[in-house]
Amino acid sequence: MLAATALPPRFEQWFAARGWAPRPHQLAMVEKGRQGRDALLIAPTGGGKTLAGFLPSLIELSERAPRNTPAGVHTLYISPLKALAVDIERNLATPIREMGLNIVAESRTGDTGEARKQRQRLRPPDILLTTPEQLALFCAWEGAREYFADLSCVIIDEAHAIWPSKRGDLLSLGLARLQRFAPNMRRVGLSATVDDPDLVRRWLGVNLPDPPPLGEVSRSDGGGSETDLQQAPSGPSGHLPQEGRISHSVDLVLGQGGAQPIVEVLVSGGRVPWAGHTAEHAMAEIYEIIKGARTALVFVNTRFQAEFAFQELWKLNDDGLAIALHHGSLAAEQRRKVEAAMARGEIRAVVCTSTLDMGIDWGDVDLVIQLAAPKGASRMVQRIGRANHRLDEPSRAILAPANRFEFLECRAAADAILGGHLDGEPARIGALDVLAQHIMGCACSEPFAPTELYDEVRAAGPYADLSWEDFETVVDFVSTGGYALRTYDKFRRIVPGQDGLWRARNAQAVLAHRMNVGAIVSPAMINVRIGGGKRPMGGRKVGEAEEGFFEAMTPGDTFVFAGQVWRFNSLVGADAFVTPAPDKDPKMPSWGGSKFPLSTYLAGRVRAMMHDEREWPALPPDVQEWLNYQKVRSIIPDQDEMLLETFPHGKRFHLVCYPFEGRLAHTTLAMLLTRRLDRLGVGPLGFVANDYAVAIWSLKPMDQLDLDELFAQDMLGDDLESWLDESFLMKRAFKACALISGLIERRHPGMEKSGRQVTFSTDLIYDVLRRHQPDHLLLRCARADAATGSLDVARLGDMLARIGGGRIRHAPLDHVSPFAVPIMLEIGRERAPGDAAGEMVLAEAEEDLIAEAMA
Amino acid sequence: MTQLAFQIGDCGGLRLEIAGTRAVLRHSGALWLEAERTMVVADLHFEKGSSYAARFGQMLPPYDTRETLDRLERELAALSPATLVFLGDSFHDGAGEDRLPEDDRVRIAALALGRRLVWAVGNHDEDGPRTLPGDVVDEAQLAGLTFRHEPLPGARPGEVAGHLHPAAKVTSGRATVRRRCFVTDGARLVLPAFGAFTGGLNILDPAFAPLFGGPALAAALGPRRVHAVGWKSLRPD
Repeated sequence: MLAATALPPRFEQWFAARGWAPRPHQLAMVEKGRQGRDALLIAPTGGGKTLAGFLPSLIELSERAPRNTPAGVHTLYISPLKALAVDIERNLATPIREMGLNIVAESRTGDTGEARKQRQRLRPPDILLTTPEQLALFCAWEGAREYFADLSCVIIDEAHAIWPSKRGDLLSLGLARLQRFAPNMRRVGLSATVDDPDLVRRWLGVNLPDPPPLGEVSRSDGGGSETDLQQAPSGPSGHLPQEGRISHSVDLVLGQGGAQPIVEVLVSGGRVPWAGHTAEHAMAEIYEIIKGARTALVFVNTRFQAEFAFQELWKLNDDGLAIALHHGSLAAEQRRKVEAAMARGEIRAVVCTSTLDMGIDWGDVDLVIQLAAPKGASRMVQRIGRANHRLDEPSRAILAPANRFEFLECRAAADAILGGHLDGEPARIGALDVLAQHIMGCACSEPFAPTELYDEVRAAGPYADLSWEDFETVVDFVSTGGYALRTYDKFRRIVPGQDGLWRARNAQAVLAHRMNVGAIVSPAMINVRIGGGKRPMGGRKVGEAEEGFFEAMTPGDTFVFAGQVWRFNSLVGADAFVTPAPDKDPKMPSWGGSKFPLSTYLAGRVRAMMHDEREWPALPPDVQEWLNYQKVRSIIPDQDEMLLETFPHGKRFHLVCYPFEGRLAHTTLAMLLTRRLDRLGVGPLGFVANDYAVAIWSLKPMDQLDLDELFAQDMLGDDLESWLDESFLMKRAFKACALISGLIERRHPGMEKSGRQVTFSTDLIYDVLRRHQPDHLLLRCARADAATGSLDVARLGDMLARIGGGRIRHAPLDHVSPFAVPIMLEIGRERAPGDAAGEMVLAEAEEDLIAEAMA
Repeated sequence: MTQLAFQIGDCGGLRLEIAGTRAVLRHSGALWLEAERTMVVADLHFEKGSSYAARFGQMLPPYDTRETLDRLERELAALSPATLVFLGDSFHDGAGEDRLPEDDRVRIAALALGRRLVWAVGNHDEDGPRTLPGDVVDEAQLAGLTFRHEPLPGARPGEVAGHLHPAAKVTSGRATVRRRCFVTDGARLVLPAFGAFTGGLNILDPAFAPLFGGPALAAALGPRRVHAVGWKSLRPD
């Protein structure tokens, strides 16, 4: 351990005055700073992580000589949340003031006023606190190079939450850019516990084919290479990772682990229900537990569950406890209000979704309750970390499973947390639509030489393996749209000059780029406002909901939103008008299941627990009984087997299999299986998929099928391709890629075209492009996104490989099995609106017309 | 209120009378007057993609013209009309004709082989095509019907127009579909836009109100047939 003298006296005194001793990881970070090393700090929440990140910069800034000319930004802090950047600004003010340091720390987000932004541009603060989107805007500034020339440190907070996403791709490209402006810039990452720190280090660090020692990274002067774009430079083959070579520059600092958390799985009233997702049965006990706690965070997986739990708790709330609600659809002011009340310690419980997974430090949270299974051990660890920000006291968490499979999953999660096993993540490959946006941004800032930019981009972890061909394709896409039909060569958005450098065509292209920066694509949101009657006036805004939410509703329908029951009156433009309907029983709309799929690690644990009868006696009696019945009436499969049951039920024949690979992979599997069953003439009628199982029902029996053939891995070839091309998933993925890459423009509030103007649908573009240039860059991007994000194709592939070679255990039954009951109860809840369904809607409308005519 | 008599034909088209003239509304979006062997299409907006590139530097796929031509040629092969009427906005802008890729230009010229082309002009292409074969007109009379780009307000029995890009949004149960559509009250007809990159304006928009005295019939385009949709089933956007 380093001696406390590593700190300058002023800092040492400050710690002492507060009655604190600097933690070892804080001193280690100071040491990394002095050595000029990149560092990733992994520490549990509550360990003084943020201060550890800022200490080296505060020390450096306190020791600098006075200057007559204004200095540039010294430290850039980037957080995934706007609110967190603002919060840190407040938190930093305390040590700066108490130590009497002459340091200016200011935030800059999308909400920052124009005047302040202007001032920051002229007189940069020493520490600038901002978001990844603002960094992308900085990169597109004219004069960005000069502005950041003095930058010596970038701190990325909540790195674990950003890196595996398109925002992470964009941020890593921005870091590579900043490194060119300021070759001596240090990178610091702050992260909650992750399973594989090397993935985050690779993302955070400088990746180069042959990394020169820091300080020798070549500085680009904007002129340089005359190399033509056609001529490949060093090429990616030269930097394939070699055995034992470190391909990034980042040192790892580990914070001291806190006290072991106490995690319990709640078996309310001694029973676990067969099916369901809401844990309704446990609500009374959960209310009692909340009563016994100081402040509780009640986490759920979906907004629907949040609304439901909030309502149920208030029905029981005879003591009038301050129980609040927090999720992404609520109006921002409403969320801020809840957060402020939390910080003041006025709230006893908040029912929340992943909106509270990270960020701001809460007051006195002493208990975390997870309603329904957490789906992943890492997420649960982060959620538990929200409780009790004192390291020496254990955090307390209660998991409340909503059904029997979930009980097994909760048990597995609790074991994993205590054993320190977290879910692994695959390495990230940078998205090309994001690269397109970044290249346009670079061209807006200053002319670029393609070969230099190529090397710069490959210094970003996710793009380390980018081929020159792909880079060239993306540059051509940015310039001309990348079409085989070269009609746009005369309208290029970026143009090469005589000097071999590429620049933005004109001010219009630059402006368009600045309006469309960022890698967050959210579905169009509808404002939910209070109002009724024929011509509703703009009433108070209750919150926002996704576009599709109201499409399925007819005026008069009742639904739960923001903790109340509402009557839907009308939809006018981007506003849905509603009136309170407190006495009505809501016609509960389904807001989809868990958006997080069950992690591979937990799935493996659940399979093991089911298979190993020695673990059964530790389970609640009704879960034991359920497993025993399954053993008698069907089969308990071996750990490496997949159980598949076939049985008649009602007038239909059913096939139920249990791969435990999560909802996304299961839905994909079900889609592909139905296509195959259709070809086999079985007449599949529908399917349902949850985190544990897939059920398909059909007109004809399915027990005589060749199952190994049916589950053969080649379903991920042509079957997947042909299905994808027709699927609405592809259209949705394409829309996101088209927005991020700048092919189409984002709609901004106030800029919506009025009245007669028709909107340009990306579906039209998709259809035309698919027919005329199926290998276009954006279709490639969309396919890759759909395969990972929406379909979990990789996981499905692993599963098919696992059960190949005769590891499907078939149980032909004449009745429903105990395992099948939960999923059979879900049948009929959901229906995919395909082409055929659309035709049915129109056919019904026709009947309506006939009725109208007969009236 | 008069009741509209209609019937779904063999090819998924909807047969009815417009101001006494027998007509078929095709699920492609084309109008077919069999007695006159005349096919009518509206709002092709050729070269809309390249217009965005030229004006805004926005690089939409430059394949809209050939996609529209593919659709048009399929209909011509099925119907072999003697006359093909374009109801205006055939090009997205006046310069669109000059930006045509050569092979697309050849294909458009070939549409005139063995038939008469009539180009009614629209607000996007006020002068009509300058180099392509066919007659350029403000409006045309045929079989007791008047063909023009923009529908005129008030009662206009026998008017066939485009311009508005009608689309119908229909909700039933838990699903919603939005499709391009024809709109008619039996006296006049508005055609859907035929072009590949043309969107739709909801027919509940006030722009349609002055055209139809009472509830009209929407004929929504499906992949295999036209669906007649009652006014009560329509939803605003």
